[in-house]
Amino acid sequence: MSVMGKSVRRIEDVPLITGKGRFVDDVRAPGVLHGAFLRSSQAHAKIQRIDATAAKAMPGVHAVLLLDDILPVMTRRRMMGGNRSGKLPETLIPTALAEDEVCFAGQPIALVIADSRYLAEDAAERIEVDYEPLPAVSDCRRGIGESSPSVQTAIKSNLITSYDVGYGDVEAAFKNATHVFGDTFSQHRGGGHSIEGRGMLVEYSSGSFTVWASTQKPHDLYQMLVDLLELDENQLRVITPDVGGGFGPKLIVYPEDIALAAAAKLLKRSVKWTEDRREHFLGAIQERDQYWTMEIATDSEGLILGLRGKLLHDLGAYAYQDVNLPYNSATSVSGPYIVPAYAMTVEVGLTNKVPVSSVRGAGYPQPAFVMERLMDRIARELGLDRAEVRRRNIIPVDQMPYEKPLKARSGAAIVYDSGDYLACQAEILAVADWDGFPARQAAARKDGRYIGIGMANAVKGTGRGPFESGMVRISASGRISIYTGATAMGQGLATALAQICADQFGVEADDVTVVAGDTAMIPLGLGGFASRQLVTAGSSVLLASRATATKAKTLAGHILGVAAEDLEIVQGDVKIIAAKQLVVDKKKPQSISLGELSRILRGAPGYAFPEGLEPGLEATFHFRTDALAYANATHVVEVEVDPEIGEVKILRYIALQDSGRLINPVIVDGQVHGGIAHGISNALFEWMGYDENAQPVTTTFAEYLLPTAMEIPPFETLYKESPSPINPLGVKGAGEVGTIPVTAAIASAIEDALTPFGVRVLHAPINPEQLLEMIEEGSKKQRPS
Amino acid sequence: MTLHNIKLTVNGLPVEAAVDDRLTLADFLRHQLNLTGTHIGCEHGVCGACTILVDNVSARSCLMLAVQTDGLAVRTVEGLQATDGTLHPLQAAFRDNHGLQCGYCTPGMLMTLVEFLGENPQPSAADVREAISGNLCRCTGYQRIVESALDAAKRLNEQEP
Repeated sequence: MSVMGKSVRRIEDVPLITGKGRFVDDVRAPGVLHGAFLRSSQAHAKIQRIDATAAKAMPGVHAVLLLDDILPVMTRRRMMGGNRSGKLPETLIPTALAEDEVCFAGQPIALVIADSRYLAEDAAERIEVDYEPLPAVSDCRRGIGESSPSVQTAIKSNLITSYDVGYGDVEAAFKNATHVFGDTFSQHRGGGHSIEGRGMLVEYSSGSFTVWASTQKPHDLYQMLVDLLELDENQLRVITPDVGGGFGPKLIVYPEDIALAAAAKLLKRSVKWTEDRREHFLGAIQERDQYWTMEIATDSEGLILGLRGKLLHDLGAYAYQDVNLPYNSATSVSGPYIVPAYAMTVEVGLTNKVPVSSVRGAGYPQPAFVMERLMDRIARELGLDRAEVRRRNIIPVDQMPYEKPLKARSGAAIVYDSGDYLACQAEILAVADWDGFPARQAAARKDGRYIGIGMANAVKGTGRGPFESGMVRISASGRISIYTGATAMGQGLATALAQICADQFGVEADDVTVVAGDTAMIPLGLGGFASRQLVTAGSSVLLASRATATKAKTLAGHILGVAAEDLEIVQGDVKIIAAKQLVVDKKKPQSISLGELSRILRGAPGYAFPEGLEPGLEATFHFRTDALAYANATHVVEVEVDPEIGEVKILRYIALQDSGRLINPVIVDGQVHGGIAHGISNALFEWMGYDENAQPVTTTFAEYLLPTAMEIPPFETLYKESPSPINPLGVKGAGEVGTIPVTAAIASAIEDALTPFGVRVLHAPINPEQLLEMIEEGSKKQRPS
Repeated sequence: MTLHNIKLTVNGLPVEAAVDDRLTLADFLRHQLNLTGTHIGCEHGVCGACTILVDNVSARSCLMLAVQTDGLAVRTVEGLQATDGTLHPLQAAFRDNHGLQCGYCTPGMLMTLVEFLGENPQPSAADVREAISGNLCRCTGYQRIVESALDAAKRLNEQEP
């Protein structure tokens, strides 16, 4: 009985529900010292003087480290990695601790190492810093203006790069259009806010380091530490323990990580640092600040002829990695629709804010918001149903695979590999009774209730390459293990990979052990981001499992005296298939265990080794891909808006997702739920606030709204399975797809509910104050004065 | 810094310890007793990950000092499983209903619900949502946690007719 496609119970769960999980702060290391960072209180300032005398004199304090203190154990001043393209100014790449200029509030300046975290934090408070405040840039739109102060004094213009993306004759498209509609849109930044923050333990032993890190990219951290701390590869091992959520921020190697590891090397001691929530607000990457000015051209029937505009992306104060998000945004804006001509200017600007990188969705939710809002605009202006406008413009299934005239960052063509977007939309609209909603709405209005329905479509490229590692190895006990550079952070990765492997050996998922993100067990890997792991690591594990099973059968065939094709693997034994057992000698063994085969393939000195077989009952694959598997979703939401207080209540939320073939449907459903909740949070709640001097104003969960079970509604979820033709499993990523259309769908529903007031939702998050203002504005216009 | 001697029970077992006066209960459990199942998510009493029971009442162990538990009974997630290894009905329900993803908020959710279901054996979904509204989860969107709690209520009712 195959375990593929079954909602088997997760193999991760028992330790986690019994308190036996092991997260980074749970790992014990004898003699460990504790780190605490002194962070900049200023958004932008020159540091004139730092006096750590008092801090250093405190009992239990081992060191107070500044940049100059750790540089002697490092190979370079700046962290690498932020600048693979080589196009960005050098000073955008951060140093592990601040130089003499700080560029965002929260930037690490000094690292205190003490006997306990309590003492380290005490000492950090005693460090005296004299700042000479410099003007700070809070609003990216003003920051790229010529009269704006610089975000960094070394950089003259805050507009650090701009480029054009597009295809087709846009001028002609707009000239020949019947209608042209334009709007400006924006989304504000939020954080990742995994409930476990960042954290790292560096164990030092005789010149070698074992790093335990709550990371989405252990091999990246490994390579960066090997390089920056000038280590031999065998002097370092990075282990990823249980990770309490990722959502983007943990894919970065941070200045804090480098400073901590450098401290361990300098002091020859084990050190650890565990981020607190305030530090997550002040130091972990954030995302979504984008400003779009767009125009769309259509014919008289609402068919899109062209799309053009400008996108300004706020990068924050530094580039922690290559600037990929605005490119993702600009190349994905057309979503599931046919856009014959397209021209965008992309601008990337700096602010004195926390650096920006991917948060769940990674540059896709903003363009989905823009495109879906424009589709609603066309519908309203032309007096058409919103679903009908989409239907007319959607890429039909008979055009799949559909190549967009754009290139991905890898240079590969952007090709939507599969999917029936129209069928998805039709199915969910039927479930939602979209056509019956106007009657329900009219009835509610009679009762004085403002209800509305909204919809949005999304397409997301998943499974980013270039590869992921997957090794399958069978031990002498017969136990099957998987080793992968993919990284588990709550998605159920171990269970899904175990299912793929178990299927090849006739065992259950919990008969397979999965080790993810341990650099000593698997040398290469990329990690967890871009909804990539089932596609990439899953494919590698499938291929490695098949190869290992084939090897086992080949060897068993030699031993049992039958052809490999006459063997099957059942519950960990290689057996002669029933139909063939009649014709073989019954006195001879009919089966052999995987453990025995493993022992043979380990070799014995002086004894014969099976001919034609490589040692070890194992196989390693690195499934190579540059193409992406495109998942899609349609969401429909009903809301009620209270026009007296601007409150939005979600009455019904339905999502249909096509993530290709489902290996474990319940796990995928969990990913979709979490994705939608993140989207609702972005649409209505999460607002990382900064004042006009770029001082953060929301640095606790009391000030920053992360929704609870009271704000998040129950979800209805539907699935379509269009297998991806570009990987051997037929799978597509799931983790981020649920987030992408949410803000657009909710905005659509709010506008629909507030049609009598003519409210237009162009900015997110949508908060009650703004909504009330728009409602009041609308009432004034309505009333004859 | 002053050390205080405290005596308490943790998961039914007697504990005697010398604790610094400012040591939080969460840090005491995690780093002095090595009961790392209790997690810290915000250190300001909002996220609920560190929820434990003190004399059967839920409490934020990040906002309590260890010294305050002198003479009291503390229960943590490590105390839910029976000594023979049988999972508590809430644990079993979370496992069977995909009530967790990364598992970091889970101990706090479980301890909150142990108290809640003790007082409300037949809750509605809305009741459960209100009960866990002091516990943040970033992974699940809460729905399967609610379903797990309702399933656990059913199991607990069957267990104690």
